[in-house]
Amino acid sequence: MPLSRRTFLAGASAAAAGVAAGPWVLRSHAQGGPLKIGLVLPYSGVYQVLGESITQGMELVFAREGGKIAGRDVVMIKEDDEMQPPVGIRKTEKLIESDKVDILTGPVHSGILMGMRDKVHNSKTILIVSNAGADAIARERCSKWIFRTSFSNWQPNQPMGGWVAKNVSKEVFISAPNYQAGKDQLNAFKETFVPAGGKLVGEEYPKLGETDYAPLLTKIRQSGAKAVYAFFSGTDAVNFVKQYDQFGLKGQVRLTGAGFLTEPDVLPAQGKAALGVVTGHFYTPQLDNPVNKKFVADFKAKFGGKTPDGFACQGYDTAEVIVRALKAVSGNTQDKEKLVAALEKVEFDSPRGHFRFDPKTHNVIQPFIYVREVKEVAGGLDNVPIDKIANVADPGTGCTLPA
Amino acid sequence: MLLSDLLAQALNGLSYGVLLFLLSVGLTLIFGMLDVVNLAHGSFYMLGAYAGLATIAASGNFWLALLIAPLVVGLIGAVMERAVLRPLYRRPTLDQVLLTFGFIYVFEDVVKWIWGGTIRSIPPPDLFAGSVRVFGGAFPSYRLFVIVFGLAMAVLLWLLIERTRLGAIIRAGVYDAEMTAGMGINIRLVFTGVFAFGAALGGLSGVIAGPIQSAQPPMGATILVPALIVVVVGGLGSLKGSLIGSLLIGQAEVWGKVWLPNVSMAMIYVVMAAVVLLRPQGLFGRPLR
Repeated sequence: MPLSRRTFLAGASAAAAGVAAGPWVLRSHAQGGPLKIGLVLPYSGVYQVLGESITQGMELVFAREGGKIAGRDVVMIKEDDEMQPPVGIRKTEKLIESDKVDILTGPVHSGILMGMRDKVHNSKTILIVSNAGADAIARERCSKWIFRTSFSNWQPNQPMGGWVAKNVSKEVFISAPNYQAGKDQLNAFKETFVPAGGKLVGEEYPKLGETDYAPLLTKIRQSGAKAVYAFFSGTDAVNFVKQYDQFGLKGQVRLTGAGFLTEPDVLPAQGKAALGVVTGHFYTPQLDNPVNKKFVADFKAKFGGKTPDGFACQGYDTAEVIVRALKAVSGNTQDKEKLVAALEKVEFDSPRGHFRFDPKTHNVIQPFIYVREVKEVAGGLDNVPIDKIANVADPGTGCTLPA
Repeated sequence: MLLSDLLAQALNGLSYGVLLFLLSVGLTLIFGMLDVVNLAHGSFYMLGAYAGLATIAASGNFWLALLIAPLVVGLIGAVMERAVLRPLYRRPTLDQVLLTFGFIYVFEDVVKWIWGGTIRSIPPPDLFAGSVRVFGGAFPSYRLFVIVFGLAMAVLLWLLIERTRLGAIIRAGVYDAEMTAGMGINIRLVFTGVFAFGAALGGLSGVIAGPIQSAQPPMGATILVPALIVVVVGGLGSLKGSLIGSLLIGQAEVWGKVWLPNVSMAMIYVVMAAVVLLRPQGLFGRPLR
């Protein structure tokens, strides 16, 4: 009952706003009106640091452009999705229907992305996914109107399977949180690990938000595995890596994983426990290229010395894609077919390497998946690249663009 | 599975259970004595962790943090009881629930405002930074310390409540607050004291859990569920119940993870449901009136 009333009220107020704001809405769509960019991201709760990093990456680019693209003022409309699909979907509806955003970006949570997908697709809203890695968005659920600058869950993990089998060990215990992204990531790892002669000594999915990994760590020790491949992020990554070290496993069983395991959002809290952990990711602030050096320096200068992480790079690339595509169409967001064509053609040197979309899936082709090891560098710990795998494109199975 | 493998997991369950005890004992005391469902108890745990972090940042001393954080949080608890909780004692329980629930967000935002939202972590004290070999594998010596510390706390609290005059007053208050007041005891002061003490215990657990887990502002809300489960299983207001309930849930959690890892989350709820069905007042709770 309360839900239906709220839905009714939301609908009614949206309708009222539409009537009241009639002429204004028309004006905003004219060439000189503000360019409205919606952000559906977590700004509260455990994942707010991700939302902040992505937003800061975007702000850096828009500030560089003087807050204007092709003569239009950039207005970022930030909505907190609270990492809850119903909230994220409601905020998406608000941004599309009452704010009438020109371009939508976000979310972090794959469940929200899957929930947004039809809404975005049917309303022909251009969505640039700035984090959520659900593989389906590059595959059977792909859309002409959806682009992704971040990654598919498959991308950082698939190359690591073969790499770990070749360079670390063929007897590996794998683990990730018990949810879709966790399973996607480990399945991608298995795709190359098993054909390379790798053997899964164990496979386990603890709950998301676990605080005590002692039983799992004891099982890993008892399994006799030579290495572990894990995907955890946020507090899970901190707790897992710390406890892994405390249980004395680090010296005996090599810890490897998806990049999120030791990203800068968790690395300071992990401290020395993370030393020597090897992960695969499309970015690290340690990359030695001029665009990245400038990005790291500018980001630190703008945000009080904070080192950018992969999430900030995703935000940066999302904004860069918007800037370049909009300039190519002279700021015209009305002709969406043209804008999509311009987005498909965007190419530039990103901090992570040469950025381009895969025209078959609208998913980024990762210039490289960097294999990184946590080492001590000037200013603390960081992920230092030790190897790389070039041009990692999602297979896009089942995606039939243009659709 | 070898016997040593089983024992290693039982030890994991014990260390988790003792941590749960430290976390929930303050909640159960406040619950039993004041009839207040203090949903902000998880926030005391979080405030303790952050007060501990601040103390360690300033002094580099874990043991000092273990002393100062509970004092700070106890003081916050005392102020909270006097200022906002007291006027609500005669109101329906739901009002108190809403109030303390609201405080979860207040405390969370205050902490976020002061320290930001990034994940932090308390390093273990140097004395217990390593690990020892137990049952064929390495076991963090800090967790052994937590087990000993927690069990010692249980004994001290038992002595305090069962063997001192103050404890007698608290027990009398749990049984019948009005009658206790009628005997000439300043029950309002006792209430404030108990609330502050419960809060301090929450703060203490935040420091103790710091080296095992990580600290982030939303932790106060997430830790609340296991703490409430322990209170429900053990029985409202019962110290013994809090201890036995914690140890039981600790073992249930660990063996769930060992044998049914993919549905382990359900395990503690199954235990709770079973206890509530068989003994609605919890294992050691007084019969429901």
